[in-house]
Amino acid sequence: MASEKVNDVSDADFASVTGSDTPCLVDFWAPWCGPCKAIGPVVEALADEYDGKVTIVKMNVDDNPETPGKFGIRAIPTLILFKSGEKVDQVTGAVGKAQLIELIEKAL
Amino acid sequence: MAKTHYKLIILGGGPAGLTAGLYAARARMDHLLIEKGAEGGQILLTDWIDNYPGFPEGISGFDLAEKMTAHAKRFDLNSMFGNVLSMDLTEPIKHLTLEDGPSLSCDTLIICSGAHPRPLDVPGEKEFTGKGVSYCATCDAPFYRKLHVAVVGGGNTAVQEAAHLTKFADKVTLIHRRDELRATKILQEKAFDNPKIDFIWNSTATKISGTEGVEELHLLNNDGKESILKIDGVFVLIGVLPNNEMLPLEILKADEGGFIPTDLETRTAVAGVMAAGDIRSKEVRQVINAAGEGATAVLAAENYFTNLS
Repeated sequence: MASEKVNDVSDADFASVTGSDTPCLVDFWAPWCGPCKAIGPVVEALADEYDGKVTIVKMNVDDNPETPGKFGIRAIPTLILFKSGEKVDQVTGAVGKAQLIELIEKAL
Repeated sequence: MAKTHYKLIILGGGPAGLTAGLYAARARMDHLLIEKGAEGGQILLTDWIDNYPGFPEGISGFDLAEKMTAHAKRFDLNSMFGNVLSMDLTEPIKHLTLEDGPSLSCDTLIICSGAHPRPLDVPGEKEFTGKGVSYCATCDAPFYRKLHVAVVGGGNTAVQEAAHLTKFADKVTLIHRRDELRATKILQEKAFDNPKIDFIWNSTATKISGTEGVEELHLLNNDGKESILKIDGVFVLIGVLPNNEMLPLEILKADEGGFIPTDLETRTAVAGVMAAGDIRSKEVRQVINAAGEGATAVLAAENYFTNLS
């Protein structure tokens, strides 16, 4: 399966990863979250389709308390789209592929 | 060229679909299970399942989903990841259109598309989804450490998840539109004994407000009095709506709520099409009857072929 394209991001390297000119989609998840697991294959498929155009990463909110707090995340999965370090938009919940494409296209 | 026709397609991989998959695989039927997310369905939203026989200590929804998946895969379940957008059930050969990939067809279809949490449908709900409004206590409870949250609902899910939330939150206020809970007695007893849970009876939520996140829940008592509850989060657990957007509801003779009626053998109004699990029109939505219906549906599919020949 894909997944090699969806790297982990941490509190430490969050700023450098999302600060790039290349749009960056961050999937905030946790191992105990069923819907996060449900959306996983969709995120992986998108990482393949947008390879080179959008960086898609995931952040484990259990291991990284700082960044989710900064963005007021109170539910997972939440996916936030960044461009040059600025938040473009976000979605919450195990949404469909079409909705995630709509989100990603906002930065392209 | 990849295979596109199957004797049986199972739509959805929750407890009904996985059990159907288990029975179909063991029967060596030519089958395909299509799941759009992860196998398990709504049990992935459930913290703890205490009423599925064979697990005397109880089991987490997550673990039960993994066990059901592993069980079906042991018998070579054939499954794929895909999102079915629409289908044509007007001919003996049924056609399914997917978001990506080829159209698929089948002789028999078992619809196990399930259900999703019903929203409150009040101002502020959409705006604050993910910012204090949640439909999954199992997922989001850890974000409410030491905080005060409201649970809207009075059924099994609401009462059980209110108890789960007390592991993190300091206080949980359960808001119910009646003066008694619908939840099963043992869950009620646990909730009433829990010092962190209090109750607001005879009230409905009318609005959710705040700035960056949820701050207030506006309530209307059945006697007409309005009030505002200062709150850090709202968990909406008021039942389910059917996942039916891909289904031709008219020829399946869907009920008023959009669920699919069947006979006792899970057969729908369309020959060769069965429905099992939460998408079925019924009173009781439990893991155990979803699984039972999944098994029944495969036997109904086999009978369909027997009757044809």
